[in-house]
Amino acid sequence: MSRKPKPPVFLQRDSYRQRRVRDAVKLLPFAGVVLLAIPLAWKSGTSEDQIGANGLLYIFGVWVLLIVLSALLSAFIRADPSLSSQDRPEE
Amino acid sequence: MTSFNALIVVAVGYVVFLFAIAFIAERRAANGHANWLKSPWIYTLSLSIYCTAWTFYGAVGYAARSGLEFVTIYLGPTLVMVGWWWILRRLVRIGRAQRITSIADLVSSRFGKSTQLGMIVTVISVIAGTPYIALQLQSVTLSFAVFAQNGGVNWDQPDFVVTAMWVAVGLAVFTVIFGTRNLDANERHHGVVIAVAVEAVVKLLALVAVGVFVVWGVAGGPGEMLERIDQSQIVLWNADSSRWISLIFLSGAAFLCLPRMFQVLVVENADERHLHIASWAFPLYLFMMSLFVVPIAVIGLDLLPAGSNPDLFVVTVPLAEGRDGLAVLSFLGGFSSATSMVIVATIALATMVSNHIVVPIWLSRQTNQQAVMSGDVRHVILLARRLSVAGIIALGFLYYRISGGGTALAAIGLISFTGAVQILPAMIGGMFWRGATGVGAAAGLITGLVVWMWTLFLPSFGVDAVISQAIVDDGLWGLSWLRPQALFGVGGLDPLVHGILWSMLLNTAMFVICSLVTFPAPLERLQGAQFVNVFAHSTAAPAWSGAATGAEDLLIMSQRIMGSKEAQALFTQEAARQGKAGYLPEVTPDFIERLERVLAGSVGAATAHAMIGQLIGGSSVSVEDLIAVADEAAQILEYSNELEAKSQEQERTARALRAANDKLTALSIQKDAFLSQISHELRTPMTSIRSFSDILRDGEMSEEEQGRYAGIIHDEAVRLTRLLDDLLDLSVLENGQVELREQTGHLSDLLDRAVRAAGTHDGVLDIRRDLHQEQLQLLTDLDRLTQVFINLIVNARKYCDAQNPILEIKVHQHEGRYIVDFIDNGSGIAPEDQDLIFEKFSRVADGSKAGGAGLGLAICREVMHRLGGEVSYLPQATGAAFRVQLPQVTTAAALEET
Repeated sequence: MSRKPKPPVFLQRDSYRQRRVRDAVKLLPFAGVVLLAIPLAWKSGTSEDQIGANGLLYIFGVWVLLIVLSALLSAFIRADPSLSSQDRPEE
Repeated sequence: MTSFNALIVVAVGYVVFLFAIAFIAERRAANGHANWLKSPWIYTLSLSIYCTAWTFYGAVGYAARSGLEFVTIYLGPTLVMVGWWWILRRLVRIGRAQRITSIADLVSSRFGKSTQLGMIVTVISVIAGTPYIALQLQSVTLSFAVFAQNGGVNWDQPDFVVTAMWVAVGLAVFTVIFGTRNLDANERHHGVVIAVAVEAVVKLLALVAVGVFVVWGVAGGPGEMLERIDQSQIVLWNADSSRWISLIFLSGAAFLCLPRMFQVLVVENADERHLHIASWAFPLYLFMMSLFVVPIAVIGLDLLPAGSNPDLFVVTVPLAEGRDGLAVLSFLGGFSSATSMVIVATIALATMVSNHIVVPIWLSRQTNQQAVMSGDVRHVILLARRLSVAGIIALGFLYYRISGGGTALAAIGLISFTGAVQILPAMIGGMFWRGATGVGAAAGLITGLVVWMWTLFLPSFGVDAVISQAIVDDGLWGLSWLRPQALFGVGGLDPLVHGILWSMLLNTAMFVICSLVTFPAPLERLQGAQFVNVFAHSTAAPAWSGAATGAEDLLIMSQRIMGSKEAQALFTQEAARQGKAGYLPEVTPDFIERLERVLAGSVGAATAHAMIGQLIGGSSVSVEDLIAVADEAAQILEYSNELEAKSQEQERTARALRAANDKLTALSIQKDAFLSQISHELRTPMTSIRSFSDILRDGEMSEEEQGRYAGIIHDEAVRLTRLLDDLLDLSVLENGQVELREQTGHLSDLLDRAVRAAGTHDGVLDIRRDLHQEQLQLLTDLDRLTQVFINLIVNARKYCDAQNPILEIKVHQHEGRYIVDFIDNGSGIAPEDQDLIFEKFSRVADGSKAGGAGLGLAICREVMHRLGGEVSYLPQATGAAFRVQLPQVTTAAALEET
């Protein structure tokens, strides 16, 4: 019989969690793009109210945030069991 | 004051140290102690070759000139790493599945293992990479010069050139020794890996050390540092939004497309899971590298005399503060950045040049298949690779020499990035879009290369160097829309943004349009499917057919490329897999496929494909093969669908058979029961008739007794006759020999007759009727129908076990039929018996109570069948209910007649 097994509609709790972790990993770069686009709204040039060192702190802050979130997610995400280094099919 | 000679000693000592650890790492790897080299941390550190001397020294200069814009160079790669799930994961998987050796190999392999595409990508990479190598040489020589100046010697141009030459020679020697040891690019160059990792740590330590010194040693703490930043002359945010976005994009794209980055990201990746760690560890590395850039720039501008080169602040600030040790560390950091980048970039470019330019040309010059076996291919390729290494470093040196090492060179970093990024559309398109074709990729790449050279690369040599001022002002041949910095009249943009925009736009447009209008070759489609669906199936479809060569020829060829020991091991292993003794396996398409992949790891997909093609002699995969595969799949699908349908049908039949069997078994039991019943039924009256006729024959009795006995005999004879009549009746009905006499009549009259004939006048059964509903005209065999009614009423009288038996007769019409229901208030008929009551000779109750032989309902069913109606049992909550249905057609016709 060529009946394909249907994917289950509802998942176990941990596989559900795993999928959401993957969603977060996928979304993170877009969050980064949005946060890093904010400086475009800053005032530029040598005027009195230019952003100065606060701008520096903002950009490095976003950077740290991205690193921390990425580290957290990579700790939670489970590797595909088929991805280990030993399983090159042609060897 | 560190003397210049002392610096030379330190530098040489550092180089010797690098050689030593590279050598030790190779030795340990040869002895099988290389596992720690495969850790994700080493992987992350090897990515750090992204931070070259240009970024090590140049970032501070960049910050001094343009403020925060320098971080874009690091933010692009950060976003790519953080978004590893989208591109890097796929790229690494493809690299492993297809044994990709370089970015040229990736593009070539994706578009049908095309030699031409490999060449185009190689050419782009070499053109874009050479200035970058020159830039590294410049950085190293400049930093040497700083120390020389510090020692009181002012360098002249020849000093720079000589230093650059020695650095170039040293790099070439190191790369040839440790970078071209093994042919298989997928194998890691352990010596190089360890050297790069150590250098990564050194440059990070150096920059952080200078930064810490500047913040805490000079400024006096983070708070004071921030104040000084606010007060400094640097304009931190000079928002040219187009540059901010373009540069983040550019650096992110270059991170993927630069040959050296592809080499460490994909080719040398040992395990996909390393990406999990690198996804945050490498951004962290970049963060640390750029954290102190702005402070160093600010302090440098404050401390050093106006006009000092901000590109060298990393070295000159510690020197000015008298921290010679720190300055030397910083020098080593810059030196490390430059050398590690040059080594890896050279390996990557040399692999590309040898696999995609030298070997294909060499192969095409030797057209017969003997060629593949006669020359020692292995040596040819290794030699080609070593010469390529030397050639590329020489090119970089020449470029440095010709450009004069001035500020013109400093501007080339981003221009070089833009050149490398031209590969992006073909690469990303090939990975995500099955419709991308080789023609489209070639068109896009060439368009991008031309536009990039016209708008950025050629103008970068300076006014009147290659492009005259007149052309810059008026455009090529006086066509104003061909002005290199205002293409199509778009002149308001920053030149770099202008170049990025037009080259990427036109490149992508050509790639997409040409892909849409061309048709890919079969091998291209096959590869396209494998690239795009790499996670669905990582194994390859059969690509070779009609193998017309011997295993021996293949072995000889493989030995020439892989080395005899490895090749024999591979063949023996394959033979064992096939269950054959010895070391020559059967030449199956499967095996050729595998062999081609292994060879591709050494010489690239296109060359491996061409070499095997020469030996096999056949075309690799034809449209017919593809169609055959598709047909086969379709047939299998159809066959299985058919099987499914058949089996469903069989299931249905089996179910029907099972039901029939159950019924037959029950009938057989019933028949046996009937036979004994009928013999009993016949026997009882016969017995009484015989005994009473015996008594009568003896004759000794009164008149009265005689009369009574004769009566009994008569009754019994009647009973026998009735039984035989019933049997006869049924057999006539079943054989269809009965003749119906159609008459018109009223249903109520029929029911009246039936009730009377059923003998219910004794009042035992209370019959309830609705006379009003019964006023229906019928045209049918009235006698037969009455017979059915009688039967049903008699049954109710006999079997209804209620205290006060009631029979209700309901008449109504439904869907063109008259329906007469006979419902009593007894206990009804058990569900398991409901199937059987209409069968012949069946009697639900034990025979003692019933007078008949169990033929009544069977006769009813046959009669109703003849009359075009039916009689059925109506299962309901209480009581037995029989339903008689009559077709109305007959009655309608009857109404017309009357």
